[in-house]
Amino acid sequence: MNTLNTTVSNEAGLQNAAVTPAKEERPAETVIEEGQTVGTPFSDDPKFRLRNVEVFYGADRAIKNISLDIARNEVIAFIGPSGCGKSTFLRCLNRMNDSIDICRVKGALHLDDQDIYDPKRDVVELRARVGMVFQKPNPFPKSIYDNVAYGPRIHGLANRKSDLDDIVENSLRKAGLWNEVKDRLDATATGMSGGQQQRLCIARAIAVSPEVVLMDEPCSALDPIATAKVEELIAELSASYTIVIVTHSMQQAARVSHRTAYFHLGHLVEVNDTDKVFTSPEHELTESYITGRFG
Amino acid sequence: MTDQRSQAEIVRQSLKKRYRKEKRFRFYGIAAIAVALMSLVILFTDIIGKGYTGFIKTTITLEVPLDGEAMYLDDPTDKDQVSMADFQAPVLAALQQYFPEVTERADQRELSRLVGSYASNQVRDLLEGNPQLLGTTQTMEFLVHDTVSVYVKHADNPAYSIRLTEQQQAWVDELVGKGVVETSFNDVFFSRGDSREPSNAGILGAIIGSVLTMVVTLVIAFPVGVAAAVYLEEFAPQNKFTDFIEVNINNLAAVPSIIFGLLGLAVFIGLFGMPRSVPVVGGLVLALMTLPTIIISSRAAIKSVPPSIREAAEGIGASKMQVVLHHVVPLAMPGMMTGSIIGMAQALGETAPLLLIGMVAFIVEVPDGFFSSATVLPVQIYLWASSAEQGFVELASAGIMILLTFMITMNALAIWLRKRLERRW
Repeated sequence: MNTLNTTVSNEAGLQNAAVTPAKEERPAETVIEEGQTVGTPFSDDPKFRLRNVEVFYGADRAIKNISLDIARNEVIAFIGPSGCGKSTFLRCLNRMNDSIDICRVKGALHLDDQDIYDPKRDVVELRARVGMVFQKPNPFPKSIYDNVAYGPRIHGLANRKSDLDDIVENSLRKAGLWNEVKDRLDATATGMSGGQQQRLCIARAIAVSPEVVLMDEPCSALDPIATAKVEELIAELSASYTIVIVTHSMQQAARVSHRTAYFHLGHLVEVNDTDKVFTSPEHELTESYITGRFG
Repeated sequence: MTDQRSQAEIVRQSLKKRYRKEKRFRFYGIAAIAVALMSLVILFTDIIGKGYTGFIKTTITLEVPLDGEAMYLDDPTDKDQVSMADFQAPVLAALQQYFPEVTERADQRELSRLVGSYASNQVRDLLEGNPQLLGTTQTMEFLVHDTVSVYVKHADNPAYSIRLTEQQQAWVDELVGKGVVETSFNDVFFSRGDSREPSNAGILGAIIGSVLTMVVTLVIAFPVGVAAAVYLEEFAPQNKFTDFIEVNINNLAAVPSIIFGLLGLAVFIGLFGMPRSVPVVGGLVLALMTLPTIIISSRAAIKSVPPSIREAAEGIGASKMQVVLHHVVPLAMPGMMTGSIIGMAQALGETAPLLLIGMVAFIVEVPDGFFSSATVLPVQIYLWASSAEQGFVELASAGIMILLTFMITMNALAIWLRKRLERRW
């Protein structure tokens, strides 16, 4: 793996940035051509087929003509500087942007050839298939058991108590949390540590057996040990789920993902295999970012 | 040029000034709190000083000869005879056992005035219930007249003796000396409705009236208020119309309460033909008045539910309804309840709108339902405070103490609920 390489180059970049202000370092002549993504944004058998996606906040165009395929059972990482639109783009995939009144989404977004933004489409059913884990651990202020059981309950996935118990146990096992909490399933979830809470949120998301799990900076509020556990978990989950992860940590992207997409000011600049992005990026903006010249 | 040393000097001097300023500021704060506490202490001392005697009753225990001839009565089961009989006579006779020297008619009248005017009713009721007692002598306890009561309770204060003649004062002093006139805890105050006679008046009618009215207010205002808040906060589209509604709710919270009384009079009594003076109408009017408070506090409580919880539920695929019912409302409930209890405490102390719908009537009976005539605590206090008899003044103060007890209890409940149910996330 190229983890070591990346770390080294990144640190070098950081030292660089400390000496000279980052912004002025950016080459002024770099022009992003709208809708032009270098690398391999498309796939033969995509889970998500996203074409010419544009997102507006009022008059503000936050996502500018992005086209991308997300393959089955791959882990794709979205990286880029703050405010580049990666979270916004992620939230289009299960329509979490719907609750923001001024937000409008244009373009063709398909999940298994079904239009995500079809007005007739039931968003509840979509979110049961596309689960989400958020930046800050957000367990419900209920018991650990009820947190995991909530999804299956509202979707009616278990008819009997024993079925529900099985789902809860399996989900907690998959999230690597079972051994830590099996004796205190009735304890309130807000009393757990931050890392445990985040793994509980992952268990809660996979309890409804989604096909895709979206993760919006899942480790940004966690310490390195908890982060390592969650990353291990992502690697295990990638066997059975398609995972889209937004992260600010390039090491994390390098460690957990198969493909990496680099976003810049609402453009999708480059998509390539993770190894390639971190060793020989095709686009100069990508290179500037991963070497730490700005971001 | 200021060198390093003099600059430090400047800073040190300005520091002194700053600390002085801080001290002065702290003093102002302490002074303000002291003034507030003083006023509170004065208020409570005044109310308790005036009102504690309201919790004391003065009784006289007499050996009453139930002599048929003196009462012009030989058959207590005969209604006509009972209505003509003189039940005051045996009471006077009993008093004369202590003062045989009083023979003048005018003096006898003075003497019999020492006992409350309900004494003869007590004798009548006893005989009607037990006709066989006619001709015997019974030990009976009567409430003394209001003027005697305040005289006994304030023996050291001449201001309370002006209503009695010197002769009467001498009689009372002698009876107190003999232990015939005694003071004890005022159970009458807590077991009866209003009365023309201060010593016979109680606050139970007003307490029950207040409770019934509050029940109606709560049952109507809480569900409606919470439902309105949830709809406005979670489901209503953001447009001119909802803005208009919001502005109006905020305005309604500031409308003088008497306006709600007029509304109740016009709509509930005038239009719907509901009866006057009843807890249902009072409760409806107070519910209208409390609604804006409940809606505003409930909306604030809903707003304070962290968006991360909402997102978590939505992310799993909960529908809007499920997000609201399973997560938002339970988390907002402590805030909603606190707001409602404070609104209810406000309604409990409200007088003006109830005057307009007739709850100011003189009602002796303790109300037995939502549709029986009733009065409420603050109105009862108003009625007593505006009466002339000295006995009512202490009752008004005692009533204020009862009302304050209710308010403090409700506010304490609100604080307890908030502490108890507050969620930690």
